[in-house]
Amino acid sequence: MTAPILRAQDVTMVFGGLTALSEVSLTLDRGQIVGLIGPNGAGKTTFFNCLTGLYTPTNGQVLLDGTQLPSDPAHVTIAGIARTFQNIRLFPNMTAVENVMVGRHARMKQGPIATIFRGPRFRKGETDARTRAKELLDFAGIGRSGDELARNLPYGDQRRLEIARALATDPKVLLLDEPTAGMNPQETEATRQLIFKIRDLGISVVVIEHDTKFIFSLCDHVSVLVQGKLLVEGTPEAVRTDPRVIEAYLGKPPEEVQAEVQHAAELVGEHGDKGVGQ
Amino acid sequence: MTTLLQQLVYGLILGGTVGLIALGYTMVYGIVQLINFAHGEIFMVGAFGALATFTWVIPEGVKGTWYITLPLMVIAGAVVSMVIALIIERLAYKPLRNAPRLAPLITALGVSVALKEAVRIWYPGATAPLPFPKEFLTGSIELGSILIPKTGLLIIVVAVVLTVLLQVYINTSRMGRAMRATAQDPDTARLMGINPDRTIVLTFAIGAVLAGVAGVLYGVHINNISIDIGFQNGIFAFTAAVLGGIGSIRGAVIGGFVIGLVKTIAGQYFPGGTQYDYVWIFVVLIAVLVFRPQGLFGETERVRA
Repeated sequence: MTAPILRAQDVTMVFGGLTALSEVSLTLDRGQIVGLIGPNGAGKTTFFNCLTGLYTPTNGQVLLDGTQLPSDPAHVTIAGIARTFQNIRLFPNMTAVENVMVGRHARMKQGPIATIFRGPRFRKGETDARTRAKELLDFAGIGRSGDELARNLPYGDQRRLEIARALATDPKVLLLDEPTAGMNPQETEATRQLIFKIRDLGISVVVIEHDTKFIFSLCDHVSVLVQGKLLVEGTPEAVRTDPRVIEAYLGKPPEEVQAEVQHAAELVGEHGDKGVGQ
Repeated sequence: MTTLLQQLVYGLILGGTVGLIALGYTMVYGIVQLINFAHGEIFMVGAFGALATFTWVIPEGVKGTWYITLPLMVIAGAVVSMVIALIIERLAYKPLRNAPRLAPLITALGVSVALKEAVRIWYPGATAPLPFPKEFLTGSIELGSILIPKTGLLIIVVAVVLTVLLQVYINTSRMGRAMRATAQDPDTARLMGINPDRTIVLTFAIGAVLAGVAGVLYGVHINNISIDIGFQNGIFAFTAAVLGGIGSIRGAVIGGFVIGLVKTIAGQYFPGGTQYDYVWIFVVLIAVLVFRPQGLFGETERVRA
């Protein structure tokens, strides 16, 4: 068993008097997909921001591959963590290919002199970056839309483009913030398969999602955040049936509906569409 | 007809100068949302840097050889402008990067006055307009009955070529993409491994080089320079950038040419002549902004999450 690729230890984040995160720990093993769920405002995105250098945790530390995470987001990316956003943040006035090429920025070398004279090495670098960008678009399933402006892409494709752009930074760890928000069932399934493909490339993934069914069918390990605290973590099976999770999501039910709620939660966890409303 | 064509030529020459300066306004605004009011003075400083090089650096024997003197002066002007602009960026703007917008704007006005006064005080004889050498490039090309001064033709050609090169650079290079990405969403750009400070410094440097080149060519064409040329041409250039749609490279240069043409045509044909040509520039600006507030080539809105 090798050391985990990403380890967050007792991460605490305080804004003014508000404690957004309180001693949250998370371990991500190589090639693992970990899910992070929790109600709105539980601190999931804040936690991602701590993992990408956008916020410096008030307390606790984050280790990537055993070394302390740098505090500058640009250096975090170079160190090997990439992310997508809950509210899509593409470069709207650049084409899809260009967006992905921006993701290559940290992995490209172009001296100022070479850029002015545009010698063979400069041109090869540009061609390689463009080829790689197109491969990644194909990988994400939007190879046909390469020359479209990002802002003109359909919503689901924009989410895939964000993933392709994140992959362009050659990450060791990919953080996905609600990758299926606003997607229909087909798109959601395609995204699930895409995340499996990314995992098969050897990239470890952390996913934030509201869709618990999606998370339980995707992840090796699930952590539940509630009000900035880690409530439960474990296998999808264990988390799904944990009464504290059900309570956090649905409120404390009266005794008589408890069984019913438990039953509903089980249905949610299954793949087939048996229909919760039955 | 001849008069009209002749005025069009003069308009394009002025437009080339204004367009080159306007590129700096538009690029800096695009990336840090700052109207760098000191940019006109960067143009002026470039002209003085080239004059100083001509006066004290270039040996007497080669001063008349245009293909040695002119490139040296252009390089000197560009370097002086760039160095001054980078010092200003570091000392005056960078500390205010996260301050309210108004703070760097007022600072830019202050820097503008400071630069102008610094040249007045320290450049020998700059209290009055100084003659700018041009004996190495004189004469005009006759095209039928109209005259195109060689220096003017040089300005137009350089403006167009540099704009095209700038476009190519911004669209197809690593740092060019970084500049566009930073302009569109600085935080996300940072998450792509882009260093925003380096990108901003590069933007100021490119804008200053263009202004410096414009300053030298302006001096060569007009034949004398004063500390006031920065303010005057800076206002034209700022107007050109707004007219073209601030943030747009293409818009800045086309805006420059529009302003050059409006000024010369109005000066020739409109009531009041050259005394009122400034007025017509701003009439055009107002008219454009009433019907197209984002400028000719501006984005209708910034798409930002």
